Amino acid sequence: MSTDSRFVHKIWQEQELSKMVKGGVPFPMMSDAGGKVGAIYGVYEEDAGVDIRGRFIIDPDFVIRAMESLTPEVGRNPDEMIRQIKAFQHVRATGEVTPSGWQPGQVTLKPGPALVGKVWEVWKP
Amino acid sequence: MPEMKEGCVKPARGPILPASQAAQAPGATTPQEVSKVLARVGKEAIDFEANAFVEGVGFKPVKLSDYKGKWIVLCFYPGDFTFV
Repeated sequence: MSTDSRFVHKIWQEQELSKMVKGGVPFPMMSDAGGKVGAIYGVYEEDAGVDIRGRFIIDPDFVIRAMESLTPEVGRNPDEMIRQIKAFQHVRATGEVTPSGWQPGQVTLKPGPALVGKVWEVWKP
Repeated sequence: MPEMKEGCVKPARGPILPASQAAQAPGATTPQEVSKVLARVGKEAIDFEANAFVEGVGFKPVKLSDYKGKWIVLCFYPGDFTFV
């Protein structure tokens, strides 16, 4: 989603994105003309009139689980985004929690009185 | 009002606030009202409807809540044809 019109999105897809991504970007390219959506999500930069690089992960219950925002010069890291989604999915499925830098298959933590002060025994970063 | 054909200007809808919040803020689509940041982690996402281009479909209005029940990634970026 950006403040560009749907017309510009179409031409960008046809002229450039489809040459970088086979078949073009498969997701809806939404127009936030006026920045109203960006404003409520906290990513609308009024001086420039654009939405900055914001990213939100929303779970199946429609609850926002993660947000990230960058100034425009630095691009995102899709691997980290996917890692976060996998971690939230694991938490949702199991009730366990995932320590810093967790990757699928690595040790998770089971919160409870028995774990207090004992994290060091089960999690070795 | 007849369905608006693909014109040059087509208003989007959003934010679409829950009935309780909308009642507190009548005319919630005026600029002052929407400049308030409502998105927070751990809280329900704010729904909206936006005009979109969808590959293989064309132009269509998309609501965030159309995807309720799935994992959603909502990305904002500064502009088409920019560099990063």
